[in-house]
Amino acid sequence: MWLMAVRLALRALSRNRLRSALTALGVIIGVAALIITVALGEGARRLIEQQIASLGSSMLIVIPGASTTGGFVGGAGSGRPLLREDVDEILRLAPAVRYAAPVDRTVAQVVSANLNWSCQVLGTTPDYFLIRDWAPARGRLFTASENETAAKVCLLGQTVAHNLFGSADPVGEMVRIKQMPCEVIGVLAPKGQSAMGTDQDDVVIVPALTLRTRLLNQSRQHVGTIVIAATSEQDLPLAEQQVVQVLRMRHKLADDQDNDFTIRNLSELMQTQQRVVQTNATMLRNVAAVSLLVGGIGIMNIMLVSVTERTREIGVRLAIGARERDILRQFLVEAVVLSVSGGLLGLALGTGGAHLLSSFLDGLSVEIPAFWVLMALGISIAIGVSFGFYPARRAARLDPIEALRHE
Amino acid sequence: MAGSEEPLVRLVGVTKIYQRGEVQVPALRGVDLEVTAGEMAALMGPSGAGKSTLMNLIGCLDRPSSGAYLLGGRDVARLSRDELAAIRLREIGFVFQGFNLLPRTSALENVELPLLYAGLRARERRTRALAALERVGLAGREHHTPAQLSGGQQQRVAIARALVNGPRLLLADEPTGNLDSRTALEVMALLQALNREGLTVMVVTHEPDVAAYARRRIVVRDGRVRRDEPILPRCAAADLSAWRDPDSDLTGDLPCG
Repeated sequence: MWLMAVRLALRALSRNRLRSALTALGVIIGVAALIITVALGEGARRLIEQQIASLGSSMLIVIPGASTTGGFVGGAGSGRPLLREDVDEILRLAPAVRYAAPVDRTVAQVVSANLNWSCQVLGTTPDYFLIRDWAPARGRLFTASENETAAKVCLLGQTVAHNLFGSADPVGEMVRIKQMPCEVIGVLAPKGQSAMGTDQDDVVIVPALTLRTRLLNQSRQHVGTIVIAATSEQDLPLAEQQVVQVLRMRHKLADDQDNDFTIRNLSELMQTQQRVVQTNATMLRNVAAVSLLVGGIGIMNIMLVSVTERTREIGVRLAIGARERDILRQFLVEAVVLSVSGGLLGLALGTGGAHLLSSFLDGLSVEIPAFWVLMALGISIAIGVSFGFYPARRAARLDPIEALRHE
Repeated sequence: MAGSEEPLVRLVGVTKIYQRGEVQVPALRGVDLEVTAGEMAALMGPSGAGKSTLMNLIGCLDRPSSGAYLLGGRDVARLSRDELAAIRLREIGFVFQGFNLLPRTSALENVELPLLYAGLRARERRTRALAALERVGLAGREHHTPAQLSGGQQQRVAIARALVNGPRLLLADEPTGNLDSRTALEVMALLQALNREGLTVMVVTHEPDVAAYARRRIVVRDGRVRRDEPILPRCAAADLSAWRDPDSDLTGDLPCG
């Protein structure tokens, strides 16, 4: 009976193809918008989560120089430099800090037997790998004593390893960084793109003192930046506070003086990004809801027109013995078939649109959870039922004699 | 027919008053009428006389304002809409002047419609609809839509639809009103044949020529039955032969009683 009703409804709707299509448009657009927001929202959420995960555990970066000094913006590094001892003091005095590592960077030409590659060279201590949750894919990390002795060892990022050695194993091979010969002791696991879109694997990591003394010829007491991991995600604000206190104390800043260093909280930055994405998604979802509402009203409108047009048919059906519920079902099924067809088209359109959009947005993967597919169909059915009910009831309540007389 | 002492249709003091705004318009002012099973009656009268109202009441499309209506001994005057629908479905067949077939729907599906509402399975529906179409002489046309059929053929589809649930009473409202004389004769011959097989037939008409094929003439005027008399029916089949139309498939095989 129901299957029959669906078949009849499809036939009735196909008689007015253009009208049916235009009527379903509201639902088509609404569902498509819903699916696109869900797909891209979900994709963006995953992307940001991946980026946060690739940073390692919750991380702070201390940069010398104040972000503002009495309203005057100082350039990074313009203030008092950070020292190696600062790292040790932070570890000693800030209980919410689990790891702290100095980081210095330079760009250098790295040369293997017959290939060369220009990339970022990063100098740090073994703690850095714990903070970034970064293990070697092959070989080993350098040790604290190798750092102290400024040993000529290095770890290659995947990109560098590939560009210098192809598919061969670089571990144990020699490379030259600037003019310094250096043994490759490990290759790092792939890390992927950073939140800013840079390739995190395009890097060579050497001990901090190796970089400062052998490659930069700078004071071994200074460090460029300090990277810090808190004991836990929740302790991050506490850790930040403690680091500020330690550095202010060491820099002997009076209470009315601004910080002469800056602390950046990267995961917080990304959470802000995530909130922006979510706000946009919510807004688009509201647009989808409005479109669905308008679509529903369109369906109600066209069903009322259809009931008026087919008043005589309804009269005939009543005369030959249709009960109220038979007529009600007929028009209700028609409205639901209309809205569900719109929903399915919208689903297809939304999926296509999401893939199309994601091909413009680098690194954004499209993910449409099954829950939302079912949700879209459920919403379509609900729209058909709720907006089709009034016209259908009007049809069912028609007086058979009046209806038969209707021209 | 069993229980023939009880008339199939029995109206006692039936009135019908329509409310037109503030004004009450009486359409029927007290009708007493009995129709016995197996009759073929013509309901006549000028327009506005109340014959359509009477027909709608007998056909359970409407309820009387007062009075009693017993259909097959059962009081149907106070039944609910759905109960009336069930009676229309099982006991009554309607034939209209304008055929009232569903457009762009095959003859077979039009005839299947009452069976659908009766809740029959697809195979049963098909078998019975095909039989009904064959009965009205439309075997082989079951997949034609109304637009592909002549007026007479459309009316025969409508008659097949009225017959398919095996009603006790066939109500035809101006069944020949939209047809030319020869096709009208075909339809009347079909109704006569169905009546001869035991079906009770009531024809609403304002044409004496059509009423002449009934065995009883009921004249309604000003909401009352003015005249009610048996008449000697003409034989539609014989009249049809008189047209000497060799194409008519109804000629000859319907001897009038």
